[in-house]
Amino acid sequence: MIYLQLFLSFLQIGCFSFGGGYAAMPLIREQVITIHSWIDMDTFTNLVTIAEMTPGPIAINAATFVGTQVAGAMGAIAATIGCILPSCIFVTALAYIYTKYRKMALLQGTLSSLRPAVVSMIAAAGLSILVSAFFAHADISFRMIAYFIAALILLRKAKMNPIAVMVLCGAAEAAFSII
Amino acid sequence: MEKKEPKKHVLPTLFFATLYLSAFTFGGGYVIVSLLKNKFVDQYHWIDIDEMLDLVAIAQSSPGAIAVNGAIVVGYKLAGIAGVIVSVLGAILPPMIIISIVSYFYTIFSTNTVIAAMLSGMKAGVGAVITSVVYDMGKGIVKSHDIINICVMVISFCVNYFLGINVIFIILSVGSLGFARALIHEKKEGKC
Repeated sequence: MIYLQLFLSFLQIGCFSFGGGYAAMPLIREQVITIHSWIDMDTFTNLVTIAEMTPGPIAINAATFVGTQVAGAMGAIAATIGCILPSCIFVTALAYIYTKYRKMALLQGTLSSLRPAVVSMIAAAGLSILVSAFFAHADISFRMIAYFIAALILLRKAKMNPIAVMVLCGAAEAAFSII
Repeated sequence: MEKKEPKKHVLPTLFFATLYLSAFTFGGGYVIVSLLKNKFVDQYHWIDIDEMLDLVAIAQSSPGAIAVNGAIVVGYKLAGIAGVIVSVLGAILPPMIIISIVSYFYTIFSTNTVIAAMLSGMKAGVGAVITSVVYDMGKGIVKSHDIINICVMVISFCVNYFLGINVIFIILSVGSLGFARALIHEKKEGKC
């Protein structure tokens, strides 16, 4: 029964979290604290911190975390399936329509106008990350700017693997903190 | 046009690519979108860049996490329903496993200054990866010399970044604008 509750709660979170990331946060809080009291506010704060420190979408992180707390590994699986099911159905349906009708002039015209907006959304997300990296401790961090420039050179000129570049930046800052 | 490489072992490739990329998706869903583009557009040439942008638009305008949605669209495009299943599994396994481990060692993890420093250093790298992808994607749009598209790009960036207008709202407005443009274009062609 608890598995079904977890599944249904996270199904709602999966259905209504448009825009990804932080848009899902209030929904998660409402479901797991206000409605079901599965965790308290302190634990929720910890969850948010963990989610920020680890890879992966916050909704998936929350589903695993809350599911484990409430009903162990099976709970985590039930909550996670609930969380991704709406995406799977909705996105697959849209992708099906897209592949079937993409040659249609009207759809093609609409999509070609959407492309610049998509680039902008990605750019805005990138800029937010950079701003939070460069101005981490209330003043500007020149070390971070140096990492950024070095990373860009490695990516563009040396054609280095992006994940290797990211890890290298992390390792550099970790090494700096030890020294 | 670049030549597409033959698609060998699509399902295992999809699974391991999403698994590997998802394990490094620090800093939100757009990072995985950038990494997917890098892998499937630049490295394998299985998807062209315009198609990738269309797929990202689908991922963005649907409910749920962009990282999962991005994996679904790429999976569907390359291998249909089977592709969706393997890429979703690949995308959710790393966060599930990592969260399970981290929540046990939470106190050690959260107070460790070396881990904190590593994560903040990675942000600069993540920013560079996204910048590089935006440069590649934006270049094509600026080169097209389509004034309306360039304006759309600048305006949607400003309203999203500075005014914090919701992504769904921007997609819907720009989509309707595009639909209207396509409609007008079709009518003009019909008259000629």
